Amino acid sequence: MRQVYSILVNNHAGVLSHVAGLFTRRGYNIESIAAGPTEDTTITRIVIVAIGEENELHQIAKQLRKLYDVREVEQISYNQAVTRELVLATIKAPLSRRSEVIQLANAFGAQVINMTDDTVTLEASGNDHKVRTLLKAFEGYGISQMARTGMISLPYDGMPEDWEPIA
Amino acid sequence: MELNGSQIMIEELKAAGIEMAFGIPGGAIMPFYDELLKADFPHILTRHEQGAAHMADGYARVSGKVAIVVTTSGPGATNLITGLANAQMDSVPLVAITGQVATNMIGTDAFQEADVYGCSIPVTKFNWLIKDVNEIQHVTREAIRVATTGRPGPVLIDFPKDIQITNAVYTPRESAESPLPAPREYPELDTEGIDKLLAAIERAERPVIIGGAGIIKSGASAELAEFAKAADIPVINTLLGLGGFPGTDELFLGMPGMHGTAYANFALCECDLLINLGARFDDRVTGKVSSFCPKATIAHVDIDDAEIDKRVHTHIPILGNVRDVLIALNEHLKPGDYDEWRQTWTDWKENYPLQYDWDGSIKPQYVIDQIQEITEGNGIYVTGVGQHQMWAAQFIRFNEPKTWVTSGGLGTMGFGLPAAIGAKFARPEKEVWLIDGDGSFAMTLVELATAATYNVPVKVAILNNAYLGMVRQWQELFFEKRYSHSHYPENPDFGTIAEGYGVKGINITDVNEVRNSLDTAAEHDGPVVLNFLVNKEENVWPMVPAGAGNDEMQLAPPSREAKS
Repeated sequence: MRQVYSILVNNHAGVLSHVAGLFTRRGYNIESIAAGPTEDTTITRIVIVAIGEENELHQIAKQLRKLYDVREVEQISYNQAVTRELVLATIKAPLSRRSEVIQLANAFGAQVINMTDDTVTLEASGNDHKVRTLLKAFEGYGISQMARTGMISLPYDGMPEDWEPIA
Repeated sequence: MELNGSQIMIEELKAAGIEMAFGIPGGAIMPFYDELLKADFPHILTRHEQGAAHMADGYARVSGKVAIVVTTSGPGATNLITGLANAQMDSVPLVAITGQVATNMIGTDAFQEADVYGCSIPVTKFNWLIKDVNEIQHVTREAIRVATTGRPGPVLIDFPKDIQITNAVYTPRESAESPLPAPREYPELDTEGIDKLLAAIERAERPVIIGGAGIIKSGASAELAEFAKAADIPVINTLLGLGGFPGTDELFLGMPGMHGTAYANFALCECDLLINLGARFDDRVTGKVSSFCPKATIAHVDIDDAEIDKRVHTHIPILGNVRDVLIALNEHLKPGDYDEWRQTWTDWKENYPLQYDWDGSIKPQYVIDQIQEITEGNGIYVTGVGQHQMWAAQFIRFNEPKTWVTSGGLGTMGFGLPAAIGAKFARPEKEVWLIDGDGSFAMTLVELATAATYNVPVKVAILNNAYLGMVRQWQELFFEKRYSHSHYPENPDFGTIAEGYGVKGINITDVNEVRNSLDTAAEHDGPVVLNFLVNKEENVWPMVPAGAGNDEMQLAPPSREAKS
């Protein structure tokens, strides 16, 4: 199973070491990690996507809550929160296939940010599903380079407390 | 009032009631040491930083009080790592203060620089690197609070040399403010969980209590005794829970797990309700999880939410301080009566007692039995790690909590001697016995110098079999007697070594001298080392092989003849 954790931490030096160290020490698998400032300068938001059995995913949240600098841990399900990831990818696109590639990019709302004789570099963002679909779509052309930010996430505002996500 | 960084920290330590330091000075911590001297702060100079950490550990386990451990940067601080990991695994509070190179030198591979902040993250409850003199007051207070509240543990403050001498305005704690934050920060009492447990107790036919370190740390021994007696439920104590329930009580079933008593393991296998009070279901207790308490509803009371459901699925989780929960349980408990069950476990106790046989050699269990006899369970008992530790856990019958000091989670050989010295400093009125192995003892015996210097009258009984005994036992049982590097045929003469340190040393080779030598040690006004040359091939029984279930426990040695 995959699980998104949105973690609010005190903006201290060393806090990322404590969080990342917890995953190493206890053998949890991180798929992605993204950290950045929030509206409050004393607080940083770290978004981690982890993979594990259900028990382990609960244990991760409990262990995170024990860390001194961790203020809040939310286990986020996809339909309770907006999740986004930014992808930069260079696609092999010789002249003969360039228009196909650009057409496909348009279908995903991706921007062309660079072009050479045989490649097109795209910028795309979206939720987990969209990013996966997009990368799959370009797989056939060949992706020569790629960089991803890892997922970031914010809970939807105004979600009723008794609201249950559809499984 | 203007003070330098070292003075501010010392003021805060004193204000928090800390009155003991163990450590060794060095370049990057000298300004702090200078102020310790000026402030007349009690300090014990050890011979190795690991020893200092274990002393603070032993000190905390018997007194419940926190000591500081002070070292210099680099190697001084890295020598602490084992001691911190040990305290972390067993939830023992201590505050380490390590010197660090000056802030403008950090990261330049300066002399005696090590990334102590980074090194200590995984082995502390929390740690700090002070970068500004104005943080000292807050960090010191927080460090003490974190170490002592909730589930206790070690903390570390890395203290750069320049900050130790930087001046700042210091406002002392106002007298109205409590010297320490309330010692516990606990969640609200889980009354729903408590009701569920009470109902489960009423339904149960074969209930068992397993009491862990949480009983000792929360000071719940009296409440546990009241609960067990009123409810008529037998009590098992984990290795770290020993002393939490009187060892001589008829309801006491001893220790569970790998080297537990047969009757404790039988009870775990047969019970229909397991009430875990502050134990963490360590793998040495559970054996194979899938065959742990197969017939039982499992209730787990713990101060640490992350322990609940970590290894064993819990049906009745209760997050909270064990003592608070027991008080609430006792208020509503209906007197229990489990006649049939009582008959069953009483029979087990009678039919499967702990035992050892006689062959004219000095049996290690006999030495421990004799220590038990002369102290009547009223001493403080400290151990290293290995066979001797298991025998001590089996054969000492503790009368009170906080009289048993052993390295449980980390299993740190060499823990014994320094921990015993720390324990004696904390409770000088108590007779402190260290039951150690030759392997464990040799790892930190340099602290005999500390015992001699400060005349700390600890009584050391080395059960010397010239082997890493537990390794030897496993090699005999699971590696077809290939004794790969577990033998010390040229063991030093520990009696003479002790004398060299200025400590009374006696070698004992005859079983008839055992009792006399123990009496001599007890009466001697100073530290003593008794080096018992015990039977070399004695094994610890019963035993649950690693990875097996508690139902696969072996009570006695498989016939040695048949194997060879």
